[in-house]
Amino acid sequence: MATTLESARPRTRVRSSSPSPRRVRGIGGWIVRILLGVVFAFPLLFMFVSSLKPDQQIFGDLSSIAAFLPVGNLSLDNYGAVFDRVPAARFLVNSIGISAVTVVLGVLINSLAAFALSRMKVRGKGVILTLIIATLIVPFETLALPLVWWVNQLPWLDLNGFSLSLTTGWLDTYQVQILPFVANAFSIYLFHQYFESIPKELDEAARVDGASWFKIYRKIVMPLSGPAIATVSILTFLPAWNSYLWPLMVVQSEELRPVMIGVQYFFQLNVSWGEVMAYSSMITLPVVALFIAFQRSFVNSIASSGVKG
Amino acid sequence: MNTRFKRLLAASLTAATLVGSLAACGTGAGNSKDGANGELTLWTHNAGNPDELGAIQSIVDAYNQSQSKVKIKVQAFPQDSYNDSVVAAASANKLPCIVDIDGPNVPNWAWSKYLAPLNLSVDLSANLPSTLGKWNGQTYSVGYYDVALAMLARASDLKAAGVRIATADNPWTKDEFNGALAALKKLGKWDAPLDLGTAGTGEWLPYAYSPFLQSFGGDLINRSDFQSADGALNGDKAVEWANWFHGLIADGYAAQKSGKDSTADFLNNKSAIVYTGSWAADKARTALGDDLVVMPSVDLGNGPKIGGGSWQWGVTTGCKNPEAAMDYLSFSLKPENIAAVAKATGTIPATDAAAALVPGYEPTGKNRPFLDFSKKSAVLRPETPAYPFIATEFGKAAQDIISGADPKQALDKAVKNIDANIKSNNGYKN
Repeated sequence: MATTLESARPRTRVRSSSPSPRRVRGIGGWIVRILLGVVFAFPLLFMFVSSLKPDQQIFGDLSSIAAFLPVGNLSLDNYGAVFDRVPAARFLVNSIGISAVTVVLGVLINSLAAFALSRMKVRGKGVILTLIIATLIVPFETLALPLVWWVNQLPWLDLNGFSLSLTTGWLDTYQVQILPFVANAFSIYLFHQYFESIPKELDEAARVDGASWFKIYRKIVMPLSGPAIATVSILTFLPAWNSYLWPLMVVQSEELRPVMIGVQYFFQLNVSWGEVMAYSSMITLPVVALFIAFQRSFVNSIASSGVKG
Repeated sequence: MNTRFKRLLAASLTAATLVGSLAACGTGAGNSKDGANGELTLWTHNAGNPDELGAIQSIVDAYNQSQSKVKIKVQAFPQDSYNDSVVAAASANKLPCIVDIDGPNVPNWAWSKYLAPLNLSVDLSANLPSTLGKWNGQTYSVGYYDVALAMLARASDLKAAGVRIATADNPWTKDEFNGALAALKKLGKWDAPLDLGTAGTGEWLPYAYSPFLQSFGGDLINRSDFQSADGALNGDKAVEWANWFHGLIADGYAAQKSGKDSTADFLNNKSAIVYTGSWAADKARTALGDDLVVMPSVDLGNGPKIGGGSWQWGVTTGCKNPEAAMDYLSFSLKPENIAAVAKATGTIPATDAAAALVPGYEPTGKNRPFLDFSKKSAVLRPETPAYPFIATEFGKAAQDIISGADPKQALDKAVKNIDANIKSNNGYKN
């Protein structure tokens, strides 16, 4: 009976001249998605297109759809001007280096911490995890000045040729832009939640075979945690790439500055918006490329960990 | 306790102790060493501004070549974040020997002991008063230039509206100004004929709008002892200013929120008059040619007023070689150096001797009006360490008034906060 009813439904739909409610919902869903896509894509499109136009034309096109189209007097002049105003290549290299090292160390340190909390028998680990998560509610701005004081007291071993010398104070260095951001409560939480979803029987079997904790971490848990690694990588990369306040406070030498400080170079009394758009395009491209490369893992991990962003 | 956990705890404690020991072995943590090894660092707000930075670098290069005892090294920061960088460096005792500083902040930096009094070998009496930063009877900073606020318009628009062109000797009165705005609005070419830069933030708000208040007869604080804003910022004259100011928005003469770039909007004919600074003149002149008119601010009862004081130079208290820093500043104040910076930046040279070297500042020169405005109308922002707080409170009140808040209430609130701040800082006395 059920089969008969099911098979009858499509015939009814084919005969009907009006679209079914399900189809209408499908079309509606696509329209909403397209509209959302447009809303999110148009600012980027405007940025890229405007980076090719002279200032006068950018403002002239604002009142029409031409603002989003590569029409009119197009050139790469704004990109050339960017390099005259800002050491953009140096800033890009700095940001890539700082972000990459922060991501690599962040994945390593936070996954190790999460592994210990998830797998090892540590008394009070629930409390420890709660305390770690509780640090998320403290805004960075309230910690910034005390942190400046702290990093100015820390020792460092400087390599001068073949001799090591002990110095004090990390200000105006690369390490001050990396090390304070390696340990991250949210990354530990994310890894912890993901590790909890990996069957413990796997590492118990490995323990029976004589594997050490580190071997279990390295050979079993981490290879199964690709989506979590991708998500933590992106979530660590983005703030490292967008970092502005911290480098502003702790870096004085131009050769050590990251890309975001460079944005401020353009806001003089007479702003050249074409140059602003060109520089913004240059520093946005790596982020977009990274997201496109990792988007599947990113979405998977966000979905599986229940994190809504 | 688990054995492994004990080991972890012990290792952590050992590591923490080691770090602490290493820190204790360090070399005088936190003390500025700038100037100690024959190299003095100079911080400037000109990153991204190749014209001014180039002029500063040329002066530094010339000084470095003129002697062999010390070397000056330039580090440039973006203007918008410059103060934050200085405050962070000061908290870590890492300030350089020479800093540039926005004029109105000088008393605060002097009070905070960032700056040392200047001891230069040049006579500063010939400088425009607004190019000197003073506090407690001492000079802490000196600038190469000042800037001046003005009203830029198209002569053709004013003519079409039947409005006369205001001059330094004959500025618009309040009634004339209101009449001019009504006539321009009547032409129907602009949503709002006046661009006051209402999208501006930070120091723009007190710099641009407190001169209107002062022209009405009010002020940001009682300047007799700088201990209270009561009566100055919320008295009858101040409320009169606030009502008039809000009326410009309510009557549709000025936009509640202007565009981000007022000069660009004016050049794109989105406004008839733009209230801006001398820095916009060259761009406007290039675009409009002889149609551009440069007019003084409005006389709202007590003569036209504009803000005085731009970027200046000072020597920090932690500098290990202050004599060399003072020697550099003295060298940099030669008329040809001041002229070079003024030429590069389109600003008003600090001395007449320098102005004589800059084309455009002769009596009939195209930039002469700005020098005249500065000499006749410049009012220094209050020379008190409380100024940064006063500026913030005034800025909030101005934005509230623009948005339609009750003027008296907005001003009273600002006065209450300012007075409380001064009191909590013990009157900002030494």
